[in-house]
Amino acid sequence: MSTPLLESAIFDPAETLPVPERRALQARRLAETVRRAAAVPFYRDALGRAGAGADAIRSADDVRRLPFTTKDDLRQSYPLGLLAVPRAELARVHGSSGTTGKPTFVAYTRADLDTWSGLVARFLVAGGLRPEHLVHVAFGYGLFTGGFGLHYGIERVGAAVVPAAGGNTPRQVMLIRDLGAEVLVCTPSYALHIAEVARAEGYRPGELPLRFGHFGGEPWTEEMRITLERELGILAFNNYGLSEVVGPGVAGECSHRTGMHVQEDHFLVECVDPDTLAHVPDGEVGELVFTTLTKQAMPVLRYRTRDLAALDRSPCPCGRTGVRMSRVVGRSDDMLIIRGVNVFPSQVEEALLRVEGTAPHYLIEVSRPGSLDEAVVKVEMRPADFRDEMRQLQELHDRIDREIHAVTGVRMTVELVAPNTLERSAGKAQRVLDHRRTGRA
Amino acid sequence: MKIRQLSLFLENRPGQLRFPCKVLGDAGIDILTMSLADTAQFGILRLVVKEWQRAREVLEAAGVVVNVTEVLAVDVPDRPGGLAGVLEAFEKAGVGVEYMYAFASRERGRHATLLFRLEDPDRAAKLLEAAGVKLVPSDELFARSGA
Repeated sequence: MSTPLLESAIFDPAETLPVPERRALQARRLAETVRRAAAVPFYRDALGRAGAGADAIRSADDVRRLPFTTKDDLRQSYPLGLLAVPRAELARVHGSSGTTGKPTFVAYTRADLDTWSGLVARFLVAGGLRPEHLVHVAFGYGLFTGGFGLHYGIERVGAAVVPAAGGNTPRQVMLIRDLGAEVLVCTPSYALHIAEVARAEGYRPGELPLRFGHFGGEPWTEEMRITLERELGILAFNNYGLSEVVGPGVAGECSHRTGMHVQEDHFLVECVDPDTLAHVPDGEVGELVFTTLTKQAMPVLRYRTRDLAALDRSPCPCGRTGVRMSRVVGRSDDMLIIRGVNVFPSQVEEALLRVEGTAPHYLIEVSRPGSLDEAVVKVEMRPADFRDEMRQLQELHDRIDREIHAVTGVRMTVELVAPNTLERSAGKAQRVLDHRRTGRA
Repeated sequence: MKIRQLSLFLENRPGQLRFPCKVLGDAGIDILTMSLADTAQFGILRLVVKEWQRAREVLEAAGVVVNVTEVLAVDVPDRPGGLAGVLEAFEKAGVGVEYMYAFASRERGRHATLLFRLEDPDRAAKLLEAAGVKLVPSDELFARSGA
């Protein structure tokens, strides 16, 4: 039997650094980061334009003098243009999906991987993981940072890993049952799917050995947490990260679940109005902006995440002193996260254009009817594309289906609809209806 | 010999079949016969009307996607094995059938009339006539129906 949750467990004393000490540490590390970033031509130019350099950094607040970095900047530096170290120093490369079908790559030195594992270990321990536990990891292993990120974090804690990866859910249920995993790690929507499959196979809620789970990789709601906890008989913890910053381990919940503790000794977080870029007060929703403080291979300055959340600096009973972030409540751009994959409407448009003769009038409707995201793409039928034979129409439908999958990496349901049936507001077509956003905290 | 058939694209949701029928009704256009093909995603409504050009105009004006195709009307003896016999003639003539549906004929008892969408309708018409299959010209078809 495993030990009960130890609320006071802290993996790394740095998590409880008094605020003034941490701010001093942040200032030092920020200056180092700026110095490192200046080795990258992109940042050297950007810093030059902003009139800022390492010498300008006296306190952590001086981060505001630095230029922003966007996803576009990363894309334009494809594949590894933002490296701040020689290639020989790289230890690993991960990637996230991009709009063009090409991923944006992120790179790690040996020291980066070491730091990253420690950061993941922190939130795992904060949420109850102990060395005697067995953890079932149902994240994809590969370019995605989730699988390997969690894997090495679990090992750092000293717990055992079952690297189950994604897919074949009945088999996942079997592995969890037979190996007796106490902890589940995956996206929250996949956890719900596992719960559904387990139920379909005759398990009643709580019959699997699982006791708690760490879920991340996509935004989820409090309602989903309640369902997960009820269906799997677990405590469900939220964590946050993005490959551009490091991957999972940027922030995570402790057992008090008062928001996700940002690992402030490694990342500076700001919350800004996405339009004006002015800082918003604590408690108000804005776009999160992260500056890495310790990353070597690919430091990022003021990375605009497009994720909308609020910050909370009130003390947490766990003793951690880092600022906490709320759930991600939405995106400041039009990017959709469908089953953990980033999808832009422009990708769907690109797919439609690839299918000769398809009109660009379409609507992406995303919902989460059960546990998994569902995306429906409604495509207006053009008279010129219409054929009397069912077979030809089906072919058109299937071609659109294949292209959307090829470009976005996500399976969407394609619906051919009659012309002029999709609403156009003020001449501009609405491209996305995200029903998941309703009801989100 | 060939009959003009209108094919309409329908979304697969309630009310989609009624709408074009109402458009035609309001324009005083009588539907002589029709067939509905559907999948989970969409449907194709095929119909034969005498004033096919006007029908097309009013439907397109109402926003309906319309495609005009040519079909052949074939008289089939109204007795067991009648259709099989006709299809045998098709087979011997090397004529492939895309789809077919029945025509609501008022001459019951002697023969039934079926509409066939065939690969290469012009060539098929020649081959079928040579094979002794009775094709019904559109005038006669509409006259029989009292249109």
